[in-house]
Amino acid sequence: MNDWVLIQSLVVAVSTGTPVVLAGSGAILTQRSGVLDLGVEGTMLIGAVTGFWVTTATGSPFAGLVVAVLAAAVFSMIQGVLAVSLRANQVVVGVALVIFGSGLSSFIGSQGDPPLARRFSGAIFTPVFPESVHDWPAVGPLLLSHDPVVYMSWAFVAVVQWYVFRTRTGMHLRAVGHDPASADAAGLRVSGMRYLHVALGGAAAGAGGGYLTLRLFSDWFDDMTAGMGWIAVILVILASWRSLRLLVAAYAFGAISSLGFTLQLLGWNIPTELLAILPFLVVYLVMVFVSAAERRSQMPAALAEPYFRESR
Amino acid sequence: MPQETELAVRTIGISKEFFGQSVLEDVDFDLRWGEIHALLGENGAGKSTLCSILAGLYHPTRGEMMLAGAPYSPHSPHAALEAGVGMVYQHFRLVEQMTVAENILLGNPDVPVRMTASGLADRAREVMDRHGLWIEPTRYVADLAVGEKQQAEIIRLLNRGVKVLILDEPTAVLTPREAEALFATLRNLADQGQGVILVTHKLREVQQSADTVTVLRSGKKVAHQGVEDTTTHDLARLMIGEDLAPGSGVDASHTTGDKLLELHSVSVVSDAATRPELDDVSLTVRAGQIVGVAGVSGNGQRELAEVITGLRTTTSGTIRLRGEDISSQTIGSRINKGMGFVPEDRLTRGLVLGLEIEDNVLLRSQRDREFSIGPFLRLSVIRQWARRLIDRFDIRGVRRGLPISVLSGGNLQRLILARELSRQPALLVASEPTRGLDVGAAEAVRTTLKTERGRGVGILLFSGDLEEVLGISDEVVVMYEGRIVASRPASEVDVAQVGRWMAGLT
Repeated sequence: MNDWVLIQSLVVAVSTGTPVVLAGSGAILTQRSGVLDLGVEGTMLIGAVTGFWVTTATGSPFAGLVVAVLAAAVFSMIQGVLAVSLRANQVVVGVALVIFGSGLSSFIGSQGDPPLARRFSGAIFTPVFPESVHDWPAVGPLLLSHDPVVYMSWAFVAVVQWYVFRTRTGMHLRAVGHDPASADAAGLRVSGMRYLHVALGGAAAGAGGGYLTLRLFSDWFDDMTAGMGWIAVILVILASWRSLRLLVAAYAFGAISSLGFTLQLLGWNIPTELLAILPFLVVYLVMVFVSAAERRSQMPAALAEPYFRESR
Repeated sequence: MPQETELAVRTIGISKEFFGQSVLEDVDFDLRWGEIHALLGENGAGKSTLCSILAGLYHPTRGEMMLAGAPYSPHSPHAALEAGVGMVYQHFRLVEQMTVAENILLGNPDVPVRMTASGLADRAREVMDRHGLWIEPTRYVADLAVGEKQQAEIIRLLNRGVKVLILDEPTAVLTPREAEALFATLRNLADQGQGVILVTHKLREVQQSADTVTVLRSGKKVAHQGVEDTTTHDLARLMIGEDLAPGSGVDASHTTGDKLLELHSVSVVSDAATRPELDDVSLTVRAGQIVGVAGVSGNGQRELAEVITGLRTTTSGTIRLRGEDISSQTIGSRINKGMGFVPEDRLTRGLVLGLEIEDNVLLRSQRDREFSIGPFLRLSVIRQWARRLIDRFDIRGVRRGLPISVLSGGNLQRLILARELSRQPALLVASEPTRGLDVGAAEAVRTTLKTERGRGVGILLFSGDLEEVLGISDEVVVMYEGRIVASRPASEVDVAQVGRWMAGLT
């Protein structure tokens, strides 16, 4: 019985953590380029609403996800233009984008006939593998019961890790984020790299937002991210800009978030308000120790610093 | 006039303005293949600007450039690099958080898209073998010594196919031995047919290493000649525009007074496993005396300056200022008891670059009665005071409403000295007060120090420039591995002797 509870809570942790895994891995790319994208929360909301809109219109969650990704990438270009080309303060831009994304997504959601907020989506992502394999011991529920987006998020995490540390462009990305002046002198296109990775980060946040409406909640409502974008930003820093660690952190976060559910199954009774802050405390403590033990900081040294070639 | 093809680089009438202010005016400059060409001038003469234009970092306001006989107008450092022109900046363009191999191969189109750390290291080794240079490729740049970083930077540029190598004040950060190694490397490259431009304000380096010299003054070219056809004296005159003041020499006409600063067996041990930063250091500075501390950088000078000024705590021993034990007093109370400090890294510890001059001269004096009424600052008094300091210390380039980051290095240093001396300290601790300054500015700083000594100020001078230490000190102290290995009157020692002490020989 307790094994069943453990496995079920891990499965819930995976689905709760997936939007954070997607948005956070994207944010790793953006931050590795030296741009601090605090606007993730707003970008996710744009992905959520556009994805839901297209899915209710076409009946295809895949079409919804594609549009969510594209719309969010376009939305993140606001950050690109302001933070990279116009060298605005990235903290201000990021916070403003959250507010703007929230307002814009609510506006989009109030449009149409009937308005999006009152529509129901018949079409959502469904598990990839047939029901029969879900019951295989352990691996069934843990590895084989998921929808395509979860598998995509795993692939994305692996690709990000490989890309950052094992490819030429990834090396360039790290150089641009640590020291844009040196990267410039080495002939790398600093602004181009930053735009590209802001867009990739935006796209991934859009996928994370789309997952909320196309699977996790199967519905759209105002400000439905409820802080997940902020959590993604926090976990990126605590995971010291490594996507594999971020995956673990996001799932740990998901697991502790769903602890209330687990404890209910076990028949315990703990105030939910207390449980709500528990994930932050635990993830903080673990990651602080992990990153303190690290010999060499991975933090992009030029994070949140605009680059201007002729500055003297 | 030489044939166009013999010329690596030719500029014709290059001018550059920053915000309407002319920095370079109508400069013609020729570089031949296979020569080391020194670009000489005071701070602010336009040397760095000219090089930045050649390297594609700035665009000229007017003028044309040729590279190997073909028109050349790089729109970015990348384009310059592609064309074969690379620059070693004063601040290396190396990513500290990455390895030597990664840095050398950064931006290299030949690096495979998929790569491993060991593959990169092998490739970097190949590059280094080809040019006869060596830095362990798997080390992180942050862990390298300055000279090694510079070598890595040169290797990086050579690997990009650079044919014209520009070095901006390359020896400013090097020990004498590292500088010699650098010049050997450069000569070797020139012999291989590279064109090398060496930006410097050190006359000795021109004589020592260059074939040809171009002198810039206030943005204009004032001379271009073979090094063999000129003398240090000529170059100095061309560079400054007037004859240098006669040599300093020891001024014997002053008397020394009471003990101001006394250190007794001061030690600093931060990690029991390594050798102590300071080991049983005792020294005395009297009123009206300059005590010069010589030593190869990293032998405890920084730590010594820091324990005296209170930036670092002692592990054992006592520090007395005018007889009073100040070992455990705060920085603030040491300042109030008459200590002035010119820090080594003046840009980060000495000044707040983003603030105006009024705010900067007020640092350390912010609580003085003269400048404040309760919590309120008396701005007009402060402004007048700042103006007096500007006049007295000849600080140039100050503009109302602009932060002091617009000032040149020499003027920033004068500003720090002005601030510290205006408080009329009994004791001045000066770390590398002339580093990075040109001949004229450095001489002005030394004159100021001597004047203050005449007024009875005790000065503890830390300097990597041995001639400076011997030139103006009354007493010379030599540090080696955190200990004081010699302490003599300056008149009783010579450069060779002090050099041996600095190297740990007796």
